[in-house]
Amino acid sequence: MHDQQSVEALLSSMAQKLGHYLKDKHIDNYEFVGIRSGGVWVASAIQGYLNNTQALGELDISFYRDDFTRIGLNPKVSPSSLPFETTDKHIVLFDDVLMSGRTVRAAMNELFDYGRPASITLAVLVDIGRPELPIQPQIVGANLSLNDEQRIKLVGPDNLHLKIQQAQ
Amino acid sequence: MHILKIEILNGKRLASPTDNAQDMSTHWIDFERIEIQDGMIKSINQDNPAFKADISIDGTGCYVLPGLVDLNVSLREPGYTAKGSIYSETKAAAAGGVTTLCCTPETKPINDSKAVSKLIEELAQEAANCEVLPLGALTQGLEGEQLSEYAALKNAHCIALSNGYHPLKNLAISKRCFEYAKTHNLSVFINAIEASLHQGVMHEDEISTTIGLQGIPDLAETVAVSQLIKLAEATGVHLHLSQLSTADAVAQVKAAKERGLRITADVAIQNLLYTDEKVANFSSVFHCMPPLRSEADRLALLEGVKTRVISAITSAHQPHEAAAKQMPFAETEAGMSSIEFLLPMAMKLEREQDLLLTDFISAMTQGAAEVLNIAIPQIAVGQKANLCIFNPSTSYVLERENIQSTGKNTPLIGQTLTGCVKTTIFEGRVSYSS
Amino acid sequence: MQSSVQLTASGKLKHFLTVSGLSKELLTEILDTADSLIEVGERNIKKVPLLRGKTVVNLFFEASTRTRSTFELAAKRLSADVLNININTSATSKGESLSDMLKNLEAMASDMFVVRHAQSGASHFIAESVTPGVAIVNAGDGWHAHPTQAMLDMLTIRQNKGQFEGLKVAIIGDILHSRVARSQIRALNTLGVNEVRVIAPNTLLPKHVESLGVSVFNDINAGLGDIDVIIMLRLQRERMQGALLPSEGEYYQLFGLTRERLKLAKPDAIVMHPGPINRGVEIESEVADGDQSVILDQVTNGIAVRMAVMSMAMSGQTEEQNILNEKRANESECIS
Repeated sequence: MHDQQSVEALLSSMAQKLGHYLKDKHIDNYEFVGIRSGGVWVASAIQGYLNNTQALGELDISFYRDDFTRIGLNPKVSPSSLPFETTDKHIVLFDDVLMSGRTVRAAMNELFDYGRPASITLAVLVDIGRPELPIQPQIVGANLSLNDEQRIKLVGPDNLHLKIQQAQ
Repeated sequence: MHILKIEILNGKRLASPTDNAQDMSTHWIDFERIEIQDGMIKSINQDNPAFKADISIDGTGCYVLPGLVDLNVSLREPGYTAKGSIYSETKAAAAGGVTTLCCTPETKPINDSKAVSKLIEELAQEAANCEVLPLGALTQGLEGEQLSEYAALKNAHCIALSNGYHPLKNLAISKRCFEYAKTHNLSVFINAIEASLHQGVMHEDEISTTIGLQGIPDLAETVAVSQLIKLAEATGVHLHLSQLSTADAVAQVKAAKERGLRITADVAIQNLLYTDEKVANFSSVFHCMPPLRSEADRLALLEGVKTRVISAITSAHQPHEAAAKQMPFAETEAGMSSIEFLLPMAMKLEREQDLLLTDFISAMTQGAAEVLNIAIPQIAVGQKANLCIFNPSTSYVLERENIQSTGKNTPLIGQTLTGCVKTTIFEGRVSYSS
Repeated sequence: MQSSVQLTASGKLKHFLTVSGLSKELLTEILDTADSLIEVGERNIKKVPLLRGKTVVNLFFEASTRTRSTFELAAKRLSADVLNININTSATSKGESLSDMLKNLEAMASDMFVVRHAQSGASHFIAESVTPGVAIVNAGDGWHAHPTQAMLDMLTIRQNKGQFEGLKVAIIGDILHSRVARSQIRALNTLGVNEVRVIAPNTLLPKHVESLGVSVFNDINAGLGDIDVIIMLRLQRERMQGALLPSEGEYYQLFGLTRERLKLAKPDAIVMHPGPINRGVEIESEVADGDQSVILDQVTNGIAVRMAVMSMAMSGQTEEQNILNEKRANESECIS
């Protein structure tokens, strides 16, 4: 069900919805930022569908996670790269899976440390519907429900497809 | 007046020169009974129904050896009460099987006078744990400049003179000290230190280079040994080199002996057991003076003991309060609390380093007595009852609370030791019982 | 040996005392983390919340404005609260023992001590005495180690040369008294450079210096041939007093890095110096300010490296405490 074709279909529909959304809100001065790594793949694909050639920002949220005190520093961190000013810009923030909302919270904190954006629009490929924080996406590819023990993951960067796993 | 009677039953005793040659070569002789009365060994293996012992000690599985003679012990009194007292440290000595010891003059005030020597003697007699023979200070205040009153010290029962772990100011002064000591027929116990080269806190070699601590080169000892031997030869004094740490010093002592000079030497037990590897982690319990040196030095010192170039082994017992060792390495005080563990460490040396237990005992009885020019301790009828009853096979884990000494600065805490002193008898009375 | 004090059971950093005993992988992780943190200094808000709510105490027994300021800046960029304590060494010797001072500071709920001390092994001693959960970072102890300096030097080398394999590095100056040199030599060898050379007169070389993993040169001209990285060490005035050197003049004549001598090394060789520089004593001014000098990069990298090390050590301590707390919780469950 979540093979490459269906993911492509979701991305294409997201690109359409995003295009309409930005037009409705009269947003023409925006930047795309993806949360590593899945969010970057989603952003990149949607950029393609929209024929958008702007530089894509990549956020590594390792330094902003709220569970740092529990699980410690990720040894494979690499620097975020935002090749544009964020102050007063409209940011479209992309992630692959929205679950508790904590990743998005961390990403927003980090974005604000770069500079105060005019607005942030959240676009996610899959929304599991299990928020622990009041975070809601404006653009969604698909809503899915999972059992408590299940997790869903976007596999990429080539042949993007979704995989459901049992949590350890 | 009641005369104390002790009997020891069914053990092995160390053979003495009064035994026949056959028994001397096997070292340990079975005995059924040793009777002690009035501070002396009354009889061995005699059938004596009239002898009703007050104390009966079962010697099964044990060795009975003469009480050990330790040439260098810091009793810390007068003056360093946080580190120990004459009572506590002589008690620790008894727990280690020691019945005679020489205490260093490094007290506060320094033992350079009759008054301090008498005080030490009195306190030791009161404690009655072992015989204490004070080493008098070679120079006033151990400053290495002025002679102290050798006649007075000798009168006050100092057995020899020592400059402690302090350097002598220059060769002219050393020569005068030796000449004056010879006049009084006193031996001089000297730690060989060339002060200008002795700037450091550990042995100078690869480890000091790696961890960045200032090292003391071999030269600091070897150059001093060479000068001291020449001075001893010129003045005729009996020079005893305290606590050698280098292979070269052993070689120099050997050569001096071969030339017929009256030069003797001792080694601290830690220099036989450990090397500078032990301080690679800044472990302050191994901060010693003289420093623990290389493996080559350690092996040469062991060889020196085996060949009797080195006459005696000493504990170099230096108890410290905990705070003295709780600082960055170079700021800590040097020395180990070691006197209680002599015999278990002797067992370790026999197991791992081929040093026979009987050679160790000899170094701490006959060898030490010869250096001091006192009677060689023996187990024979008519000899003083200074004995140690030692079980060589008991194993136990050393707990901090079970250490008699005030100083718990030993690396052996928590380790399994093999060999345990069961009882020590000093002048016919039990000075220690486990 | 030493590393067991620094690492958690899973091999993560929990104190940073010395480069000795740390694997190539761990050193590389420090460099990579530092790399990621460099761009924090280029943002609007130069902070990340990694040490938010933590108290970092700079415990400096030796005066040092430069090192202390970089540690302070690094801690603040990690959102920590910083307390600076400069201790006059003579004050400690007057009464309060180091152990007592630590206990008092711990009572103020510090999470990390950055320690600089005149005695080798001091930070080691502190790490062994301190309450579990408190991280110690060594800002230099006696002659023994200055691991953060070594790591920022390694980062600078990697930025300029790309990799460590195949490099020939020369360290020139007072190796005997240098904690910087000892840490650098260890790091360079662990990271796999081709050769480390020390260039100095014998009076400034420790005994058996080759055992550190270096080749020894008394002649700077011979020592500089084919070199990719030149590290200059600072010469201290005191060395003239201890009969270690006759004069600064003779030292500069024999071991000073001049423009002419620089040409003996590879044409793209870089020149480094931990600072502060003695112009005209170790190094000619023009060389210090010249194209091949990366001395200013070292300063910038210092903040990022210290941020990396501080977050990694705090992270390791937290992980260890969590494991202990879980264990205790399990044990009390078993009992009840």
